[in-house]
Amino acid sequence: MKRTALLAGVALALGLAGAAVAQTKVGFVYVGPVGDGGWTYEHNQGRLAVEEEFGDQVETVYVENVAEGPDAERVITQMALQGADLIFTTSFGYMDPTVNVAAKFPDVKFEHATGYKTAPNVSTYSARFYEGRAVQGTIAGMMTESNIIGYIGSYPIPEVIRGINSAYIHAKKVNPDVEFKIVWAYTWFDPAKEADAAKVLIEQGADVILQHTDSTAPLAAAKAAGNVIGFGQASDMAEYKPSPRVSSIIDNWAPYYIQRTRDVMDGTWESQSVWQGIDAGMVEIGEITDTVPEEAKAAALEVMNGIANGEYHPFTGPLNKQDGTPWLAEGEIADDGTLAGMNFYVEGLTGEIPQ
Amino acid sequence: MDLSAINPVLLIASLMVAATPLLLAAIGELVVERAGVLNLGVEGMMITGAICGFAIAVETGSPVLGFIAAALGGALLSVLFAILTQFALANQVASGLALTLFGLGLSSLLGQRYVGIKPPETGDAFGALGDIPVIGPILFGHDLMLYVGILIVAGVWALLKFTRAGLILRAVGENHDAAHALGYKVKRIRVMAILFGGACAGLGGAYISLIRVPQWTEGMTAGIGWIALALVVFASWKPWRVLIGAYLFGGVTVLQLNLQAAGVAIPVEYLAMSPYLITILVLVILSADKSNAPASLGRTFHASS
Repeated sequence: MKRTALLAGVALALGLAGAAVAQTKVGFVYVGPVGDGGWTYEHNQGRLAVEEEFGDQVETVYVENVAEGPDAERVITQMALQGADLIFTTSFGYMDPTVNVAAKFPDVKFEHATGYKTAPNVSTYSARFYEGRAVQGTIAGMMTESNIIGYIGSYPIPEVIRGINSAYIHAKKVNPDVEFKIVWAYTWFDPAKEADAAKVLIEQGADVILQHTDSTAPLAAAKAAGNVIGFGQASDMAEYKPSPRVSSIIDNWAPYYIQRTRDVMDGTWESQSVWQGIDAGMVEIGEITDTVPEEAKAAALEVMNGIANGEYHPFTGPLNKQDGTPWLAEGEIADDGTLAGMNFYVEGLTGEIPQ
Repeated sequence: MDLSAINPVLLIASLMVAATPLLLAAIGELVVERAGVLNLGVEGMMITGAICGFAIAVETGSPVLGFIAAALGGALLSVLFAILTQFALANQVASGLALTLFGLGLSSLLGQRYVGIKPPETGDAFGALGDIPVIGPILFGHDLMLYVGILIVAGVWALLKFTRAGLILRAVGENHDAAHALGYKVKRIRVMAILFGGACAGLGGAYISLIRVPQWTEGMTAGIGWIALALVVFASWKPWRVLIGAYLFGGVTVLQLNLQAAGVAIPVEYLAMSPYLITILVLVILSADKSNAPASLGRTFHASS
């Protein structure tokens, strides 16, 4: 009898111990290295926040420098096979690989950043970066003296085009003479190429550089040129304060990652599509430094606060498309569907979007 | 379209900067291959040189010491390759690939503390001479390393063409058994060539992290080492053609960005692939004189065989 009780006790203890180590495994797939100082760095900060929040209850794994395309499918599959319960795939180009792998692992939850394809076990999440671009465009338009603003694009996808349009609309609003020069780098992360692109834009007269690539190289080029300003992209890039980095867009993924991990642990995870902006804290505007004149700073903060409290939408009519056809009437606000698939420039931008 | 926005003087000046990392890495690999060794680890040695140079330049505040450290770092990594291929007689292709993977990992590890730091500035070699209109920015407006790169090319050319040492190096690369029979130390010569290649690749990497970008980020060489390997082949193992190829590649790279910024109506995809296509095309035409690869390239040598 006693012995049975003892055994039962041991079994119970073992069982408890077993339960205690039953962790939730969360995987992350990164497009660049965690040390890029930009996009991937911030996703990794989100991962670390998940670890901090849940301690021993979660185990996180990540793979960095995963090429977009077929190789991503292999990496995501491997992660699912290793027992991940929740996998965040953090780049646009992982969209189809994520959906493909998700079909093979119905019990694993997937979260794809910046995409638009969902499934019962695939959610999408993104931040309204264009809200931050509106603030940047305002500062850029007011600070440029050559009236030429250089813009380093990565790939011609809706997210990047939205950013260009938003920045242009707001630069134009405060400075009607402003002109955008756009260079497509066809990479998310290649410091040498990004530096070349920034130098070319500066040589062609730009004194403000906006970037939609992930490294700090364009800021380094701006600093070397002197008298050129830029903005932190995806991360604060505070080491280039107070100039050339005069402000930044910071992606804050931590609250979302913690929430979704908790949903999986509680069994309440459901497929959804979220798109959060400045109001929810997913997009933050980094400190506007003293290099920015008071007037420009005030204008930028006004745009930011208007967006944050919902009074102002960066895409408010009247707005025409590049070819002059009307898009939004006076006071009309762009709907999320159009924004999500945006593939046109607004009126005033020159050049064509590569197809 | 506004082509007048492109300043040809600045274009030539910046293409020289863009081409220098490639030039340094390629000229090093050229010597290695002329000695009959195929080292696919250029990318790994470059990135290791990039972080070694960056770290030392930051710690000491001297870019010159940084470049010396970069050359040493690249050479040190190539020692590993030399031991594997020359003494353990391992397969050169596999060892080279392993060297690249190892170098990429090692550099991230070494670079942990150096993300987001700015390196000391490398000044221009000739100071005020760079202010002369037109020729100033092109001929005199650069940092010292750019000229060192060109000097290395000239030196390698002269060595291979005019000196006994160059003749021996080529003999080892063409037929190592014959060279051995004549009493030349095949292994010793090859190890020295490998070390030289490593040092040059290291310098090329440091040129990216200290001058061209300048900062440290993981994986920042982004494939230039592979382009250097291809360039050596397309340049038919000739030093001046490596220079032409590197400048062509750098030039088209910079030019296509300039054309984009000026709003030229050529689809960007074509512009983006143009550096690769044009460089290959021109070098293939140049190599119509049937220059062949060193005959012993990639073959393992052992004195018994």
